[in-house]
Amino acid sequence: MTTDTKIEHSSSLGTYVLIWALLIIGTIATVVAAHIDLGPFNAAVALAIASTKALLVALFFMHIKGAHERLLKLVVVTTIFFLIILMALSMADYGTRYWS
Amino acid sequence: MSDSQITVATSVHEEVRNPALLHHFATEQQQRDASSLGMWIFLGTEVMFFGGLFCAYLIYRLWYFGDFAAAAQTLNSWLGMTNTIVLICSSLTVVFAVYAAQHGKRTMLLASLALTLLFGLAFLGIKGMEYREKFENHHVPGASFSFVKTVPGHPDEMANPRHAEIYFALYFIMTGLHALHMIVGIGIFIWLLTMAWKGRLTPEYNTPMEIGGLYWHFVDIIWIYLFPLLYLIDLHK
Amino acid sequence: MSTAIAQPVERENYLNTQYGVGSWLLTTDHKRIALLYLASITFFFFIGGFFALLIRLELLTPAGDLVQADTYNKLFTMHGQVMVFFFLIPSIPAVLGNFLVPMMIGAKDLAFPRINLLSWYLYIIAGILMLHCILTGGVDTGWTFYTPFSTEYSNTKVIEAGLAIFISGFSSILTGLNFIVTIHRMRAPGMTWTRLPLFIWAHYATSIIQILGTPVIAITLVLVVAERALHLGIFDPKLGGDPLLFQHLFWFYSHPAVYIMILPSMGVVSEVIACFSRKRIFGYSFVALSSIAIAVFGFLVWAHHMFVAGISVYAALIFSLLSYSVAVPSAVKVFNWTATLYKGSIHYEAPMLYAFGFLGLFTIGGLTGLFLAALGIDVHVTDTYFVVAHFHYIMVGGALMGYLGGMHFWWPKITGKLYPEGWARLAALIVFVGFNLTFFPQFILGYLGMPRRYFDYSHMPEFQVLNVLSTAGATILGIGYLLPMIYFLWSMRYGKPAPDNPWNAAGLEWQTQSPPKTFNFDEEPVVTWEAYNYDEIDKAHPEEVHVVG
Repeated sequence: MTTDTKIEHSSSLGTYVLIWALLIIGTIATVVAAHIDLGPFNAAVALAIASTKALLVALFFMHIKGAHERLLKLVVVTTIFFLIILMALSMADYGTRYWS
Repeated sequence: MSDSQITVATSVHEEVRNPALLHHFATEQQQRDASSLGMWIFLGTEVMFFGGLFCAYLIYRLWYFGDFAAAAQTLNSWLGMTNTIVLICSSLTVVFAVYAAQHGKRTMLLASLALTLLFGLAFLGIKGMEYREKFENHHVPGASFSFVKTVPGHPDEMANPRHAEIYFALYFIMTGLHALHMIVGIGIFIWLLTMAWKGRLTPEYNTPMEIGGLYWHFVDIIWIYLFPLLYLIDLHK
Repeated sequence: MSTAIAQPVERENYLNTQYGVGSWLLTTDHKRIALLYLASITFFFFIGGFFALLIRLELLTPAGDLVQADTYNKLFTMHGQVMVFFFLIPSIPAVLGNFLVPMMIGAKDLAFPRINLLSWYLYIIAGILMLHCILTGGVDTGWTFYTPFSTEYSNTKVIEAGLAIFISGFSSILTGLNFIVTIHRMRAPGMTWTRLPLFIWAHYATSIIQILGTPVIAITLVLVVAERALHLGIFDPKLGGDPLLFQHLFWFYSHPAVYIMILPSMGVVSEVIACFSRKRIFGYSFVALSSIAIAVFGFLVWAHHMFVAGISVYAALIFSLLSYSVAVPSAVKVFNWTATLYKGSIHYEAPMLYAFGFLGLFTIGGLTGLFLAALGIDVHVTDTYFVVAHFHYIMVGGALMGYLGGMHFWWPKITGKLYPEGWARLAALIVFVGFNLTFFPQFILGYLGMPRRYFDYSHMPEFQVLNVLSTAGATILGIGYLLPMIYFLWSMRYGKPAPDNPWNAAGLEWQTQSPPKTFNFDEEPVVTWEAYNYDEIDKAHPEEVHVVG
């Protein structure tokens, strides 16, 4: 029954270990960066590293990269889009509430 | 939008039908694709579920930055980092398990699943230690909450305990919800381990492994965001 | 294809294939689950309707003399909660959607039949919890649960109601998830996206909203319950919290929720108008895409519920502008339906009467929404009966009419029986008259300044006439709702057996027998025709347009 079974394009074990190493490095980098005064950019850097790590997990560990159709990517992008809408449009209120 | 595949009209004959193939699906590929899409959509709902908390956290962190920094610095960022590494390792063992299932490697599959469980339990153990420390310091919101600390970088300014309580409320709800999802994940992987032991995860049929893995990675991703946001505020001060 | 031959022997179908309570409570057949939902939501409709009756009785006189103030608060709260969460949101998707989605796309069942059953059980558990809450004291916060009243000052069963709605939310999420996966993965060969009935497009869009929005109200209710139980300060201004944060999170779901309630109805209207004008829907792709547009835009407008709550005026301007834009796809639909009717061969069976009602009433409701989106007007009429009238025009004049129209349209398919057409047309007219008499005076009341949620208006006794008209209308409306319940039940026993396709309608569901077999189709259909191919159908059978019961 394997003739019509399409296995998601699986990365090799070596690739997985590489991604794992990148994730560990990213974690250490996050902690190190937090101890450096970057002014208002500390949060941005932390989120940027976190988002990169999340992207690596999604693309390689969750196999979005090898997915044979765009639908799964659409699901992910759509969800993130609406989460951003929630935060951004809320900020439209919170960010401007004390403008006189 | 169009799917790249339209179901072929030939259904599998009853005699050679794989028992794992449910009756309303025409082919195993269709069943697999449906399960996968279903799990991804479910993860989408989970993103929105946590998303409401992240939104609340965002707003209050902007409003009460100093007080949040003071509160956050009572957490042990090294334990947090350790937990992050633990979860990243568990995600590695998960993809190893999926690989093993797809390639029929029984020992590797069982070992990877067992290791994943160990990492998951380790995470919960460390979290439990952290919670106990918070409880001992009266940082749990509620009647016995008490918070006396200066704002980082402003040694003559005391942090507002009401605002710190909001931080801790969000901390406990967010990490608590995450821990709840971890417990569910551990339950799922115990079930997967049982299935693997009985030989029911094969190269022909390993969909539960695949979608269980997706769930675990998602819980990891949530923690990847929780850690810097909750633990690493103004550590340089 | 319509067959005029009565079946002497009852064929095997999903209803008679197995008997016994167990075969119903443990079913995974989407059609049986749809009927389980039908029974449950009808039960809750009675409960919500009972509260409405008490509300309208109280408002017959200016004085608050029927119930006490606290009781009145509970009445309108529970009327809203039950009607929104336990009737309207499930209604069409859980009943008609569950029944028809697999059949319309040529599938044997939904993608996840067991999750479908779980979805119903979650609804029932939520419903029992809600019922218990109602019977042991109720909740008085308004269906909107605004903080800090709900988290701190109300001494009613907020936590229980919140939990009930939380659980019902997961029922809704699972239904939406099931539909999306089914529509993507289970379409029969040849059933491309552009051949899908618009009912399917509508449910697809609805499911997107259910997936993305419901989790946010779920977490919001968790926060409310946590705050109330543990006296946290997340929404309490005394403790540094922001009550508006609750409102932002609440309305992020609850506005798109109203599109969950209306989109499936629009799907029904598309099917009914096409069938009873014997024409393709004009501008099919526009109607299909407008469903998606409504789902997307619906998420961008929530703070128009908060214009006077204390948000910044800049945010209010943004949300006002966005709220205008969300009206556009709805208007596109109304224009396309109207264009479909033009030069169609119009038939006035009950489903079509409900569709006509929908067109008019939804238009009024939608237009008054635009009035409310204008900041200057909203400041005056917000929290008055104008708003109450607006949303009842949409939800009752729109969504509920669509639901009734759909129930009539597909009743022969679902039960294999014809309902009595004469009574059905009469009931539709009674509903229409009763509805307008109930809610049109409320527009005037609101404009004249009567606030909503007031049980005593004795300082404005001049409002009594309009209130009396409204209550009279509500009585007529109630009769209009009772009639279908009576004759539908009657028809299950005594109705004429229905042909497989009594309306000679297009759509795969009409290719099955009435009632359908458990697995819907004997063989997987292969679709080679476009949706709403009424010209082909009528050309092939010019002598049989439809059969009237």
